[in-house]
Amino acid sequence: MSVLVVVECDGGEVKKSSLEVASYGSQVAQMLGTTATAVAVGEATEANLAKLGEQGITKVLHDAEPRLKDFVNGAYTKLIAAAAQKEDAKIIVLANSNIGASVGSRLSIRLQASLATNVVELPKTDGGSFTVKRGAFSGKAFADVKLDGDRKIIAVKKNSIEALHEAGKTAQVEAFSAQLSDADFADAPKQVVMQDQAGGILLPEADLVVSGGRGMKGPENWNLIEELAQALGAATACSKPVSDVDWRPHHEHVGQTGITVSPNLYIACGISGAIQHLAGVNSSKVIVVINKDPEAPFFKAADYGIVGDVFDVLPKLTQAVKELN
Amino acid sequence: MKFLVCISNVPDTTTKITFTPDNKEFNKAGVQFVINPWDEYALTRAIELKEAQGAGTVTVLNVGEADTEPNIRKALAIGADDAIRVNAHPKDAFFVAQQIASIAKDGGYDVILMGKESIDYNGFQVHGMVGELLGIPTVAPAMKLDMSGNTATLEREIEGGKEIVEVNTPFVASCQQPMCEPRIPNMRGIMTARTKPLKVVEATADAARTEVATFALPPQKQGVKLIPAESAGELIKLLRNEAKVI
Repeated sequence: MSVLVVVECDGGEVKKSSLEVASYGSQVAQMLGTTATAVAVGEATEANLAKLGEQGITKVLHDAEPRLKDFVNGAYTKLIAAAAQKEDAKIIVLANSNIGASVGSRLSIRLQASLATNVVELPKTDGGSFTVKRGAFSGKAFADVKLDGDRKIIAVKKNSIEALHEAGKTAQVEAFSAQLSDADFADAPKQVVMQDQAGGILLPEADLVVSGGRGMKGPENWNLIEELAQALGAATACSKPVSDVDWRPHHEHVGQTGITVSPNLYIACGISGAIQHLAGVNSSKVIVVINKDPEAPFFKAADYGIVGDVFDVLPKLTQAVKELN
Repeated sequence: MKFLVCISNVPDTTTKITFTPDNKEFNKAGVQFVINPWDEYALTRAIELKEAQGAGTVTVLNVGEADTEPNIRKALAIGADDAIRVNAHPKDAFFVAQQIASIAKDGGYDVILMGKESIDYNGFQVHGMVGELLGIPTVAPAMKLDMSGNTATLEREIEGGKEIVEVNTPFVASCQQPMCEPRIPNMRGIMTARTKPLKVVEATADAARTEVATFALPPQKQGVKLIPAESAGELIKLLRNEAKVI
């Protein structure tokens, strides 16, 4: 038996969230006295897959089928199921991403496995039971969930596990074919449209996020947010009212019914901190709130705060970052 | 075309979350329950598509005990034609998925819609389980859904972008914004909802694969450290040297 981790790749690189998944999987393997094998999806180079050794992976299965470059639910599910069978995997670890949740839920039926998504810690395995901690109630609580059965699938929340970096270790990359047929590509995309990302930083993967709310007064003032984000190397985000009135695109909307982020640093500018917004950000490691209203509820959830006008404060912060760098 | 829309009954989005003294269950006392906000996109879009086709039915399905019926009636008031309640406590995603798959199979539904996830359990699992149990495609999470004959064109959100996907009926989609503007019930809808059929059936399968051992609340923040606006630049130094995040 072994642990199988699913690594998502994009443009040849392994995604940061998948480095965390690989690290999670190799630590679970160590707990269980076995090894961790990875199976790659998306566009990957052999050199980058070999580097997964740094995250404790011993072997990587790579199916070079070119149609696996884009996400196809049917084909990805079959590929991972075949890899799980080959490796006799009892535990499968994937990212709690749109891809991970889509594939993981189908796999749980196909492999008769128990499934936990949104997992934030390594499992506890006392007394024969297998328990994982996961986020619930939209970030307002955690649940310890017991997983039954012989096979288990775990989807790990981004930025909740520190990625391992054991320099110099390499994984062995092995060609693997899941014998995919045309029928497995029935839900292949007709077209893939990628967002125009400021500075190329994807919000769900970002370590640092600068976010704006209605206090920014209009889309024409977003340069203040973007300049600070650019100086920091951060992604930009917004609150729901901002995306509702189309000041910013929907995919930047962070909150209960938008994207949930858990970066190391979340800077909220002119956002009052409604409970629905907090649900999307309260697993951020450090929260900074800038608001001219000292009574804004967001200050109660913040680590650092500045009571002041965003139009005055933001340029000062951008300047300070530039000086520091 | 027959639409099946799965809804769950969740605490209102502004609810302060607390648990029973043994931390095993959510404390429902004094809590207002609503239709899961993500499911409202699925419901409204199904009604819009039915109206555009000028024929067909929208059936709303909930797995829950009798206390979910006010929100099932609300879904009927918004415009669903009939409803089915599977009379059971929803134990976990696998349990719920089996009930949905069983009803979908018996009812011969063409399109099965639900929200991306529920805002209480945040599983984001049921869509894929139902698709796999029925052996049909799942598109999740879908930001756009259009139908032309038996072919659906959907926008599937992926990290950093979207995929345009075409599937034929039957299929499952889990829905999110900006799919549509969720509707609210009008007076006529509320009046007609009272007499629309709401069928109660018993669960067809009993198995669950997971169990919540305990719930816990996140640790409280230590309190905010305020920096005067005049010396805003100090914040950056604190983030570098104290918090060590930049």
